[in-house]
Amino acid sequence: MNGSEPALIEFREVDLAFGDHLVLGKLSFAVRRGEVVCMVGSSGSGKTTALRVASGLIRPTRGEVTFAGAPVRGPRRDVAIVFQDYSKALLPWRRAAGNVALALEAMGAPRAERRDRIAALLKRVGLAAFADKYPSQMSGGMQQRLQIARCLAQEPAALMMDEPFGALDEMTRQTLQDEMLDIARGTGATIFFVTHDLEEAIYLGDRVIGLKPHPGRVGVELAVDLPRPRNQVTTRESPEFLRLRHKLYDFIYASESGART
Amino acid sequence: MKAAKALVFPVVLIILAEIGARAGGPSDSVAPPSEIFATFLDALRDGSLLAATRDTLISAFAGLLVGAGLGLAVGLALGSIRTLDRLLELALELLRPVPSVAVIPIALVALGFGYSLEIAIVAVACFWPLLILSRAAVRGVEPRLIEVARALRLSPLQETLKIVAPAALPRIFVAFRLAAGVSLVVAVTVEIAVNPQGLGYEAMTAGQALRPALMLAYVAWIGVVGYALNVLLILAQHRLFGQAGRVEAAR
Repeated sequence: MNGSEPALIEFREVDLAFGDHLVLGKLSFAVRRGEVVCMVGSSGSGKTTALRVASGLIRPTRGEVTFAGAPVRGPRRDVAIVFQDYSKALLPWRRAAGNVALALEAMGAPRAERRDRIAALLKRVGLAAFADKYPSQMSGGMQQRLQIARCLAQEPAALMMDEPFGALDEMTRQTLQDEMLDIARGTGATIFFVTHDLEEAIYLGDRVIGLKPHPGRVGVELAVDLPRPRNQVTTRESPEFLRLRHKLYDFIYASESGART
Repeated sequence: MKAAKALVFPVVLIILAEIGARAGGPSDSVAPPSEIFATFLDALRDGSLLAATRDTLISAFAGLLVGAGLGLAVGLALGSIRTLDRLLELALELLRPVPSVAVIPIALVALGFGYSLEIAIVAVACFWPLLILSRAAVRGVEPRLIEVARALRLSPLQETLKIVAPAALPRIFVAFRLAAGVSLVVAVTVEIAVNPQGLGYEAMTAGQALRPALMLAYVAWIGVVGYALNVLLILAQHRLFGQAGRVEAAR
């Protein structure tokens, strides 16, 4: 990587073992400030584990993870995590506004400011009209938007996204991909995005890291030189997109057949 | 229409009881429903029924509050602190099978007759369901929500107040409803067994005085009180946990 730009998140030879089982082995990579880095890998390659380590939810067995130069010792309020299972990550007894308020309460935001900030955040994710709805009254896409709004309330320097759109239908997923890129540009937040969808990774990322499984380690790293703003039709049809897609598929196929033998 | 259908069976039963009791002639153990009802009205008018009801409910509610409160506190603590749970597990498992009424001899020696005896026994009986169910409710909180709490760096107090308690509350209220039913049963049992006050004692003495109509009036009234208590608590549950309750049911 380019030495002049400081890394916001950096993994240095990170091992992570659950008992005897080594999930991550000497995993090293870095995410620069303001970058969108997508991590892909076959299932069981440890990509979600890598995200949990980066977020401070789990401590590495060996090696070091740093955030803005300081070792990660636990979750931080300026790092927001968007979980895949949005319905479980929201408080079912609070309305949409209340769910966003949770983050503001955690941040200790002054009571007087909360109303306006909640309204602005809900508007930003397109839920302005749903402030009084409970999560159970919302569609999957709306619930995930709500979770993103709560994460944005943390005013995060980095967003950790764990297959956030994996459970959504294709149309909703594409809409949310574009909205998320918009939000990322608006806030300048660094994004670490884990997905098993290779096209999604290329479409969103400035860089794509492919993990080799058993144990999880970097197998391929691709710079995505596609112009922004990206477009669901033209970007996905461009020769560069197809070239990257081809390369990534070859890598995943090789790593999967390698894992089988 | 539905209500009318549901009433058919009890009404038929009452009529049969009336015919049966009259056919059998005077008895020391049964009485025709019409006589039971007349006796009930007498007891209501002279105040003895209401006084006994008050005594029983005071003991039942006080015991419920004390027992359920302690059970809830211990259950919440055990549910959230694993070490504490392991430390107390054996002691609690050994104590739990002791029936609450078996504590009567101890309580009688320590407290004598009266409210405190009955409250203590009811409290013991209500302690366990709250402990067991609130511990399970805390453990049953969605692990992802606990992670959200960690990700937001909520303090332990914030986590308990904003995440664990609201998530566990609907189930804890069900435990409370259960304990409320238990409290009435145990209060009446203690009155029948030893304590000279309340509905159980009145029913018992009426039986011993060979006044079956009065005895059965008390027994029926105990049933009515228990039913009313349960209906009230169910209404409260729907009011308090309407939304969360629906969510729980949908899972």
